Amino acid sequence: MGRTLIEKIMSSHGGGDCGPGDVIWIDIDNRTARDFAGASVVGNLEKYGGDSPIAERSKTFFTFDCNVPANTIPYANNQQRIRIFARKHDLKVYDVDAGIGSHVVIEEKFARPGTTTVGTDSHLNIMGSVGAFGQGMGDVDIAYAFKTGKVWFEVPESVRVTLRGKPAEGTEAKDIALAMLKRFSGHELLGKSVEIYGPWVESASLEDCVTLSSLATEMGAIIAFIPPNNNVLDFFGIARDEAVYADSDAAYLEDYSLDIDGLEPLIAAPPSPTNVFAVSEKTDVKVDGVFIGSCTNGTYQDLSYAAKLLKGRKVAPGVMLKVVPATRATWARLLDEGLLKDIFDAGGIVSNAGCGGCASGQIGMTGEGEVQISTSNRNFKGKQGKGNTYLAGIGTAAASAVLGRIASVHELSEVL
Amino acid sequence: MSFDMILKGRLWVLKDNGKLFSDIDTDMIYHNAHLAVTDIDKMGQFAFGNLEGYKEFAVNAQPGDLILAGDNFGSGSSRQHAVDCFKALGVQTVVARSFGAIYKRNAINSGFPIIELPGLPDDLFNQFDQAELNLKGGVLSGGNNRYQGNPMSEVAREIYLAGGLFQYAETM
Repeated sequence: MGRTLIEKIMSSHGGGDCGPGDVIWIDIDNRTARDFAGASVVGNLEKYGGDSPIAERSKTFFTFDCNVPANTIPYANNQQRIRIFARKHDLKVYDVDAGIGSHVVIEEKFARPGTTTVGTDSHLNIMGSVGAFGQGMGDVDIAYAFKTGKVWFEVPESVRVTLRGKPAEGTEAKDIALAMLKRFSGHELLGKSVEIYGPWVESASLEDCVTLSSLATEMGAIIAFIPPNNNVLDFFGIARDEAVYADSDAAYLEDYSLDIDGLEPLIAAPPSPTNVFAVSEKTDVKVDGVFIGSCTNGTYQDLSYAAKLLKGRKVAPGVMLKVVPATRATWARLLDEGLLKDIFDAGGIVSNAGCGGCASGQIGMTGEGEVQISTSNRNFKGKQGKGNTYLAGIGTAAASAVLGRIASVHELSEVL
Repeated sequence: MSFDMILKGRLWVLKDNGKLFSDIDTDMIYHNAHLAVTDIDKMGQFAFGNLEGYKEFAVNAQPGDLILAGDNFGSGSSRQHAVDCFKALGVQTVVARSFGAIYKRNAINSGFPIIELPGLPDDLFNQFDQAELNLKGGVLSGGNNRYQGNPMSEVAREIYLAGGLFQYAETM
């Protein structure tokens, strides 16, 4: 019998002939820790790491993205503690200027199709977007990976989701992710490895794949794989036979089909990413702030689209628009192409690259009663402050900033 | 630290609108405002500090207490703090219908024994029942009731008995 994508990656990384439920030790190609929890990784290694706490320097690095540059003294202390440890052991630090670690790992082409990456970021399973394994883990696991190059892993059951049809014009990857959250809002995907198929993913851009896979954590899934399409293969400069795909006779626990034909833009209302509505149902909600960025929607594709929508328009009076590019490379390209000026002229605030709104205040928190539209991935109570956060795609976020209320991108064409 | 396979103590039954509390995420367990704390002993005071109805938990918890919750306990971020805050308070275990994947790993790796009770009815156990959890068998008893859940996996048991992942590695 054939094997699923995760089973093939696990097998090629020391897992042998493994199947669901097997607990195996796997080899990790990229071992990372961010500024959040990174200091605890260092603490574990100082306590338990002995004389040689790092198995392989070239595969081990830190990425600062949560609180960049540090705006509290404890975070500054933690970052400095990591830098000192990294200097001592000659490890690379992607410092406060670099941007979101999970994106840097793809940008640098470390996370190639079929590889394994772990880190202290719960959205590290974003590597599923390039047909690679990634997993966020706690500081104990990551310290162990730094020291030994391995982690233990219970092979999950695999399910297959086929997206059928073609979404409406103006519908984005984020809307498709929200459609999946709506469909699987129970605990159907909890602990599962998901493989996504269908015509939409076959022609999706790398950035679209990143957006879709980044919501796997909110679906409760271990990971959402998108088998590498030509766009992803081209990015890595590899041929199809150099990537890993599931066997055609692989066994899946469930085979789901989701109809996205004619899908219109969606929005997740507080307090949960699975609390999903059509944007058109929420257009009476007044907006105080808009955040565009995060590992879900902070790529060049996302921000250049936002700039295009904002060009020549103005953010509504009294509305804050905060924009955070995911990486320094994205920042540079937006700068070179003059797109930051379009955002600035529309009234937006552009911050340095990083996680932005998700991790305690790089670009501020929300206050009691404040309504924020965010292109990020979590709107749990208290996550981004005391206010009420709605999750949406770039088009909805930009249109809402301009109109001062929740609005779909279709409404934007009526305003200038 | 003791490595008993049978844990006895007072049971906190976490409820939300009369049902076992589900989808308690890591920001409700341990809010991101306190993530820079690295000293485990200082984490206890923030346990459930953002969980509606249980914000005073840290003040009222006693060493030896057990916690019972619904589905998907510990979903969300990878923070180890969400496990360590309970260890700091002397809470012995969290039992739930199911756990978020990362939380499950973090608990096992720190030698914090957790047990899943799939399908557990909402009202089988009551707040502050004197309860007993058999880790090997996966059975929770309290009041006059008992419920058979999933026994601890072999890897989890070995890591727990060693006292944590690094201690376990030394035995390999």
